[in-house]
Amino acid sequence: MALLHVTSPHMSRSGDTGSVMRHVLLALVPGIVVMTALFGWGTIVNIIWACLLALAMEAMVMRLRNRPPMFYLRDCSALVTAVLLAIALPPYAPWWLVLVGVGFSILVAKHLYGGMGYNPFNPAMVGYVVLLISFPIEMTQWAAPAGSVPDQAPTLGPLSALGASFPFFSSTPIDAFTMATPLDVFKQNDSLMVEELFASSPQFGSFGGYGWEWVNLAFLLGGGYLLYKRIFTWHAPVSMLAALAVMALMFNDSGSSASGGSPMFHLFTGATMLGAFFIVTDPVSSAVSNIGRLYYGAGIGVLIYLIRSFGNYPDAVAFAVLLMNFAAPLIDHYTQPRTYGHGGQQ
Amino acid sequence: MNTRQKPIQTWDIHGGIHPPENKTQSLGNPIQTAPIPAQLILPLSQSIGAPAEPCVALGDQVFKGQKIADATGFVSVPLHASSSGRVAAIEDRPIAHSSGMSAPCIVIDTDGEDRWGARNPLTEYTAVDRSALVSHIRNAGIAGMGGAGFPTAVKLSPPADKPIATLIINATECEPYITADHALILERAEEILQGIDVLTHLLQPARILIGLEDNKPDAATALNEALSGRPYQVIEFPTKYPSGGEKQLIEILTGKQVPSGGLPADLGIVCQNIGTCYAIKRAVFDGEPLISRITTLTGNALNTLGNVEVLLGTTMQAVLEQHGWQATAKSRLIMGGPMMGFTVLSANVPIVKTTNCLLAPTPSELPSPDMAQACIRCGMCAEACPVSLLPQQMYWYSRAREYEQLEAHNIADCIECGACSYVCPSNIPLVQYYRASKAELRERAEEHVKAEHSRQRFEFRQERLDAAEREKEAKKAARKAAAAKRAAEKDAAATAGGEDNAATAKQVEVEAAVARAKAKKDALSEPASPSSNNEAND
Repeated sequence: MALLHVTSPHMSRSGDTGSVMRHVLLALVPGIVVMTALFGWGTIVNIIWACLLALAMEAMVMRLRNRPPMFYLRDCSALVTAVLLAIALPPYAPWWLVLVGVGFSILVAKHLYGGMGYNPFNPAMVGYVVLLISFPIEMTQWAAPAGSVPDQAPTLGPLSALGASFPFFSSTPIDAFTMATPLDVFKQNDSLMVEELFASSPQFGSFGGYGWEWVNLAFLLGGGYLLYKRIFTWHAPVSMLAALAVMALMFNDSGSSASGGSPMFHLFTGATMLGAFFIVTDPVSSAVSNIGRLYYGAGIGVLIYLIRSFGNYPDAVAFAVLLMNFAAPLIDHYTQPRTYGHGGQQ
Repeated sequence: MNTRQKPIQTWDIHGGIHPPENKTQSLGNPIQTAPIPAQLILPLSQSIGAPAEPCVALGDQVFKGQKIADATGFVSVPLHASSSGRVAAIEDRPIAHSSGMSAPCIVIDTDGEDRWGARNPLTEYTAVDRSALVSHIRNAGIAGMGGAGFPTAVKLSPPADKPIATLIINATECEPYITADHALILERAEEILQGIDVLTHLLQPARILIGLEDNKPDAATALNEALSGRPYQVIEFPTKYPSGGEKQLIEILTGKQVPSGGLPADLGIVCQNIGTCYAIKRAVFDGEPLISRITTLTGNALNTLGNVEVLLGTTMQAVLEQHGWQATAKSRLIMGGPMMGFTVLSANVPIVKTTNCLLAPTPSELPSPDMAQACIRCGMCAEACPVSLLPQQMYWYSRAREYEQLEAHNIADCIECGACSYVCPSNIPLVQYYRASKAELRERAEEHVKAEHSRQRFEFRQERLDAAEREKEAKKAARKAAAAKRAAEKDAAATAGGEDNAATAKQVEVEAAVARAKAKKDALSEPASPSSNNEAND
């Protein structure tokens, strides 16, 4: 009688790719909660709508490729892409904006490049950049954070948020409560000292953007959880944040009207922490070795600062990440770790 | 308890994993002795190296410990009868191999009397020549008992230019489930140390380090208590798989790395398994060749788990049945541990010198692997790799058959420990990809050597033909010149002397000489050009 033939090793650690992705989703929760508290239910509506679209599209592609859809849906990678894109979009974004973004992320950036594991670019960032270039007006209408303007109406509840995104149910005028983001205001400023700017504009908080400080702290918390769970190593996020801080320090000039903004301002405003712990750490499109990830993260940090300060866009995480995605294979080529018994110390 | 010295420095290795150890279940009982089976099947090849050559004939009466096959080279060990009986067959039998292949074996029908042949101990081993001691160990058929099965005597004959400063005894036993060495230490520490005494005498190292993981403090205590003044250091270090790999253990204990493609002897180190030390003791002090070993029988598919001393050549089936094993179509039987062991296709294969463990798990204990998902390059494999490779890149290049890239990523340094596959969240059988790629690379290297041979042969032939052709041309030119000379002389004679004629004759002679010189020069310079071209091509 023939016994079962299996190759070694015969043991494996429990868990699968799906459990990795679920940890990532869990780590996003604090950030989502803070965003909801600040901007109302628009973020939640975005997320749910994006997830439904992503799951449907993923299943459709798997059916087309003659693969069992449930096996691939279980890895939750489509959900992660959808949630990341939804968080990056303005709350109360129209329904079709989310549709186009998710469609581009899942269908083009992920599956046309070969599907899970084969995409050279971060799918969520590809979707985001396509939207930002194609629909600049819709993409820059950020809701004002609760409490930033004294006589502001309370944030929208679930139903009115639904109405804002899907105007055929009911119509909520959203112009009333949108405002420019802190990075926008900072970028447009060329007359006020940084201190005056912080005092005069409702967009600014104690050291970062008003409310954005809390969003960034919440994503930092989630990132810390993932580091603790060893979902990724510290190399890429820490090097990105360090590079951004060093760049900001170099151009800070103690707060004149030409200042690029303090390191604290850059670290805790915009998508910095979301980018550092949830985008830069996307393993598929990043460099592979730990040394490589140091270079990769540093490149992103430098590019974020350059684009924020000297480019045409107020925030730059998506562009910086996509540019460094290009560079990842090159970085890999030059950053192979030293193998046991080769060169160096013996 | 005994007074512990201050801890000796150890080094950490890169990566490594902490799988569930599953060692306690086989340590409950003392080592048992498996009964003599009705038939012994002894493969001629039980070590890395050339198979042994039978020196008995069909029908011969053999005694326990009698040599039945001779070593056939430097890297080869002889084979001995594990019990007394008659040679029933010398033929191919299925052996313990992951492919289920057959190989030449000597089959002995035992008579149950277990009569010993002549035993030749070498108790006064310090009095004999070192080479005599090495050949005594070799004649006892001893090969590394940790799993690889490298002939022990080879390691004990280091080249004169590489003196051994450090002897490392590997008692790590880092694979889950296996406790054969652990049980051996607990029960026979004194004999193990006697074996180490022999090694120490042979190699004259400055330091003798016995390394083991800190998950068996009782074994460390047993060794320390048996030391009785010997200058051996028992070193415990944190448990982590695969600390017991030879190269890994050397790094842990000395902080040095064995150069890629090199041997521990390059660092002045010899590493021996602790089970091998015990076998050496038996060979030297008791005159008993290697005819039995301690094997761990474990896994939930068995009724009684534990370590048994089993005669080499006993079939796995026979031993496992005594421990209540019932094979079904879904049974998995692993020789070795769960990380590096391989499944055998049938249990009717013999236990050999390297069988340190038989693992018979239930399907729920070691479930069949899940379907592999896509690699997301998460890098957990690279974090786990004890050799600092990039498994995710090697997987990529293995699939793409990019052999140059695989070599550039040092796939040859992979020790196939399985740590990468163990941590892979996508359940990719990474090690299997590397095995296949390594086999393909070996094949390509062999083909390259063959092609190189053919090329050299072809070029040599071409050169020989060219040389013959040039020789022919040169002769032809010489003949032509000689003919011209004769004709000129004739002319000169015909026109009856004079300075003019003498000049003409001289000119002809010069021309002929120039032609000869040119032919010679061509013959010299031409053969050089094709070979220099080839060097440029290489």
